[in-house]
Amino acid sequence: MPILEAKGVTRYFGGLAAVSNVDFDLRQGEILGLIGPNGAGKTTLFNLISAVISPRSGSITFRDREIVGLKPHEICRMGVARTFQTVKVFSNMSALHNVLLGAYFGRQDRMATTDAVSEATALLEFVELAEATATPAKDLTLASQKRLEVARALATQPEVLLLDEMMEGLNPSEVVRAMSLVKRIQERGVTVVMIEHVMRAIMSVCDRIIVLHHGAKIAEGTPEEISANQEVVEVYFGERTDAANI
Amino acid sequence: MIITILDVVISGLLLGGIYAVTAVGLSLQYGVARVLNIAHGEFIMLGAFITWFLYTAQGINPLISLVISGPVVFVVGILLYRTLFTRLRMISPTPGAFEGNSMLACFGLLFIIQNGVILIWGADIKGYSYLAFPVDFWGAKFAANRLVTLAFALVICLVFYLFLSRTRMGKAIRAAAQDPETAGLMGVKINQVLALCFGFGALMAGLGGGLISISYKIQPSMGLEYTMIALIVIVLGGLGSIPGSLLGGLILGLVGSIVTHIEPGLALVAYYVIFMVLLLARPTGILGR
Amino acid sequence: METPKTITKNAFATALAVLILMLLVATPLFAPVYTTILLTGILMNMTIAVSWTLFSGPTGYISLASAAFFGVGIYTSAVLGMALPFPLVIVLGALVSGCLALLVGMLTLRLRGIYFVMFTFGLVELLLHFILWWELTITGTTGRVVPPMPNTTVFYVMLLILVTLVLTVSFIRRSRYGLALESVGENQEAAAHAGVNVTALKVIIYAVSALFMGAAGAVIATRWTYIDPKIAFNPLISFMPVLMAIFGGIRPLYGPIIGAAIFTYLEEFLITRFPYHYMLIFGIIMVVAILYMPNGLVGLAEGIWKRISRRTHADT
Repeated sequence: MPILEAKGVTRYFGGLAAVSNVDFDLRQGEILGLIGPNGAGKTTLFNLISAVISPRSGSITFRDREIVGLKPHEICRMGVARTFQTVKVFSNMSALHNVLLGAYFGRQDRMATTDAVSEATALLEFVELAEATATPAKDLTLASQKRLEVARALATQPEVLLLDEMMEGLNPSEVVRAMSLVKRIQERGVTVVMIEHVMRAIMSVCDRIIVLHHGAKIAEGTPEEISANQEVVEVYFGERTDAANI
Repeated sequence: MIITILDVVISGLLLGGIYAVTAVGLSLQYGVARVLNIAHGEFIMLGAFITWFLYTAQGINPLISLVISGPVVFVVGILLYRTLFTRLRMISPTPGAFEGNSMLACFGLLFIIQNGVILIWGADIKGYSYLAFPVDFWGAKFAANRLVTLAFALVICLVFYLFLSRTRMGKAIRAAAQDPETAGLMGVKINQVLALCFGFGALMAGLGGGLISISYKIQPSMGLEYTMIALIVIVLGGLGSIPGSLLGGLILGLVGSIVTHIEPGLALVAYYVIFMVLLLARPTGILGR
Repeated sequence: METPKTITKNAFATALAVLILMLLVATPLFAPVYTTILLTGILMNMTIAVSWTLFSGPTGYISLASAAFFGVGIYTSAVLGMALPFPLVIVLGALVSGCLALLVGMLTLRLRGIYFVMFTFGLVELLLHFILWWELTITGTTGRVVPPMPNTTVFYVMLLILVTLVLTVSFIRRSRYGLALESVGENQEAAAHAGVNVTALKVIIYAVSALFMGAAGAVIATRWTYIDPKIAFNPLISFMPVLMAIFGGIRPLYGPIIGAAIFTYLEEFLITRFPYHYMLIFGIIMVVAILYMPNGLVGLAEGIWKRISRRTHADT
């Protein structure tokens, strides 16, 4: 049984279909890549799942429960967490407080303060931000802020984690570090969906990949299948990909 | 029966015409210049008092003095934008901070303008009589001044609508309202346009105030209520939509006239009930995006 | 996080607060009546300022309805003061205000901040009109008399309300809900995605802030004794906490307290010297303060302190 499932999801902006009749399922424990040219509807799909916006039609279920119509905080508590393309950390709060917020409010159960603090501290270590515990988030580098966002999301004890362009703006060594973080998240038992333009990362980290174009799903399969898919190659023909080519 | 309905409807349009003119002004200020001018009613009051003063002290015809009171308030608006709001724009870290700061600055302006007028002319109710004779329309009697006010309000709205749709400056304003950055890149002098919008907003307020003074009594504390009504009108019409403000103003005026006919003193309460219904059902308003 | 420096800073602040509290408690015993009355006014303004800051500070949603909540408290006292004992009237004043705030919050706080500002702006005038109409058409009464309380009683009750408020605010700020409030102010969307029920939090905190404004109103009515709608619902009161926050700064707890003290003294001074000009002067002060002191006087002082300490720790 897929842990997250979308059926016929459609969303319009004005007269344009940003997401058009998309079906997909997410299998527990996998890392699913979501790729496509700019404007393909990837972040819109994330926004539909996490209830930033609502679909015109279609259904999205988490563990067979319909989540369309719920509010973002409800979906988070159910077990679906996300990060954002433009990093959204709490700038004037310390890294620890950023993560603590997720631990306090994002879980299904209520955590005692001391437990929450130790959990948050442990998560900061997990994302390799242990030295930055007391640093205000605005004083961190972009790469660190992205890892902080991940830590905050993990503090909500998610079963599914949506990562939106976690590697954008990172230099090659930071990308490698991020790739290993995603693998370690999978090892913790979290199912991951990642939107990415960095092809090298997607191809080596993901178990399966879905390709969107103009809001519609045009391909689905393993990294090998996708890189051999003619249509996908054509769609990316002329597109500048970061770091490495398909 | 029909006469009563006609009476209520025309009174409603009268009121609505004034509401529309003042709301369009606020819509320009908030929709384009991004200033939530909660001192808007004070500009209306200012226009009303200038008109009253020119008539009672100098004998100038109130309709003619619109040519004076309007521009005076216009200039005040532009000066305020050039000095106060431009500086606020510079020191505000985000657009949201600018909206908050400028709203608070307007709060201060409210006290300055209102108490300034009190100091000059005193706090009590003023009024004057102009065209106060009744006119016969199919058996119903209307005060001539109110009919003239309605006519002028409609003309002002029409002229302004033509200005926005036909002239270059009008198009620049509409462009700036939709997308200030792109408009700037296309050669629209954004700072000028913003200052002009704020000024035009004040102009509409001043004209509206002048028209109000013809038919109603005025006092320095009258502004607050008009600000509230203008706010409700722009929400009803849709934030950022100028045709919406016109439509919303007329609708609210009709509602006010009907409610006052049934139970005088509850018009403002009725407006707020409409406000609450809007917030619950359709915050974007009638023509809002 | 809790460095030795912050612990001593906290201990010092607490000691100072306790000292001031003891002085305040002793004041009516040896000071002239005028001082007690002035201090009551200061405490009242502090209560309104701190309550306002509790909500509008961290969230950034600017409430212009303080006069409405305060006025509802006054009016509760006016309506029920003859029939019910004083403590009960205060509690009811607080509760009615709180309920009004719940209503306003549920209507507006799930929407963008602009709707909230607009709605709260007109609330005072709305209530004024409505109650005037009601009293004229339905009950036929205009103006009510509240049984007076001695000045010292009013002073101590106001002090009690302020102390309770400060303790409540302090407790909230240190709790996870204070963290949540702060996060909502920083980035509402991120907070929601971290599990915070943003709307519920805003509505509840707003209601809590109104409780104290209502209580303060119910108390002060017993000193004003004659109440009518125009006296109870005064737009200037919505203006005050904003000005006090601008003076004192929003962030720290003591910011609005200092701001309120400055404001009340300034008000006393200006009213006696310029009885006709003082509101105009306040307007000018407000505009100047927004233009040149975005972080308030306290922020100004903090900025100066930071610059001084940076110079002594040049190697950091």
